[in-house]
Amino acid sequence: MSEAITTDAVIIGAGPCGLFAVFELGLLDIKCHVVDILDRPGGQCAELYPEKPIYDIPALPVVTGAELTSRLMEQIKPFNPQFHFNHMVTGCRKLDDGDFEVTTDGGTVFRSKVVVIAAGGGSFQPKKPPIPGIDAYENTSVFYSVKKMETLRGKDVLIVGGGDSALDWTLNLQPLAKSLTLLHRRDDFRAAPDSVKKMRELVADGKMSFKLGQVTGLKGDNGILSAATVKGNDGASFDIATNAMLPFFGLTMKLGPVADWGLNLNENLIPVDTEKFETSTPGIFAIGDINTYPGKLKLILSGFHEAALMAQKVFKYKNPGERLLFQYTTSSSSLQKKLGVN
Amino acid sequence: MAKITFIQHNGTEQTVDGLPGMSVMETAVKNMVPGIDADCGGACACATCHVYVEPEWQGKTGARNPMEEDMLDFAFDVRDNSRLSCQIKISDGLDGLRVKVPEKQF
Repeated sequence: MSEAITTDAVIIGAGPCGLFAVFELGLLDIKCHVVDILDRPGGQCAELYPEKPIYDIPALPVVTGAELTSRLMEQIKPFNPQFHFNHMVTGCRKLDDGDFEVTTDGGTVFRSKVVVIAAGGGSFQPKKPPIPGIDAYENTSVFYSVKKMETLRGKDVLIVGGGDSALDWTLNLQPLAKSLTLLHRRDDFRAAPDSVKKMRELVADGKMSFKLGQVTGLKGDNGILSAATVKGNDGASFDIATNAMLPFFGLTMKLGPVADWGLNLNENLIPVDTEKFETSTPGIFAIGDINTYPGKLKLILSGFHEAALMAQKVFKYKNPGERLLFQYTTSSSSLQKKLGVN
Repeated sequence: MAKITFIQHNGTEQTVDGLPGMSVMETAVKNMVPGIDADCGGACACATCHVYVEPEWQGKTGARNPMEEDMLDFAFDVRDNSRLSCQIKISDGLDGLRVKVPEKQF
């Protein structure tokens, strides 16, 4: 285990609320590390609707998910938050001295005064197609992500899907697979046109095959796949021989490890008070879509408000006994100095 | 008002009132119909509100739009009558609509 990173606050989730929490905490001199399972900031705004307009952000009549994310990133830049992307927070426990130890699946360990859960709908994880018996093959013959390409060398690879992940991995794995088949439900792709063109060239050269249809069943023994049964678009079933299947059906949100931290939960949401947005464990806060309280609205603007009030309480944890002077960014020279505008 | 019937995988039926202008997905969520996850909240960005429109209603619900067709790539067991219920807008003409909910959205 690597040496622990010591910080004031660990924020779980780099969606809009997690990002704005950096701002509100930063104004109070609270340093943050932000962890997110995705490879970039924005959360749902980045993953689900980067190009779709949002109409209810105050003072921005229309803004896309991607624009909102980049504006927030600009706004929090003065506070120099440290990001840990592609990491899922797996553990969170209170130490004897009152600090928290937060661990990720990537082996990073934090020691922090407080933890702010801003995990939205949960962590994004690959969708698992509900094919009967698929569980028995997961991580031996069925892979939802590729960690090391070498493990697929010499295999009969079957890639299922028609998005960028499916096409990218088709092109990346074709040179080292023994055989490669791409299976998709239609002869149309929601992927970069250049990737589609390259894939079609490989098919024309006989270097891989492309088949139309959907997987309905799996054949194999002891976790090792031998074939996938496919229903073709004409309704007829056929088998594709494979010992490595990679389904790419996008991502879905699961609450994930948060459920195991001993917090009170209410239908996969975390109940908080409406003064500090603190959970049943003092020092662990929950803001944004993941929390619940009477009258809760799952709006980005509610999360922003929650972030501001949460930060007031975090200040008290960091500076016990100290009085917090309320200040406006418009007029306070000390806040302006922190923002780098004075 | 339009009556919308959701048929679960096990055959149980639930009929709810839909308001013209709302989507079939919103109506399902509002009435807590199981099996319509609607992760993205109706932005046609997740394919977790997948339904099968009963054949006699297919003509009335219309065709999939191109964005919906793309998103269905991320649904499981897509059939000729598959639709994303966030993209079916309720009108008086859909009074009596019957849709099947897949066994699992994912």
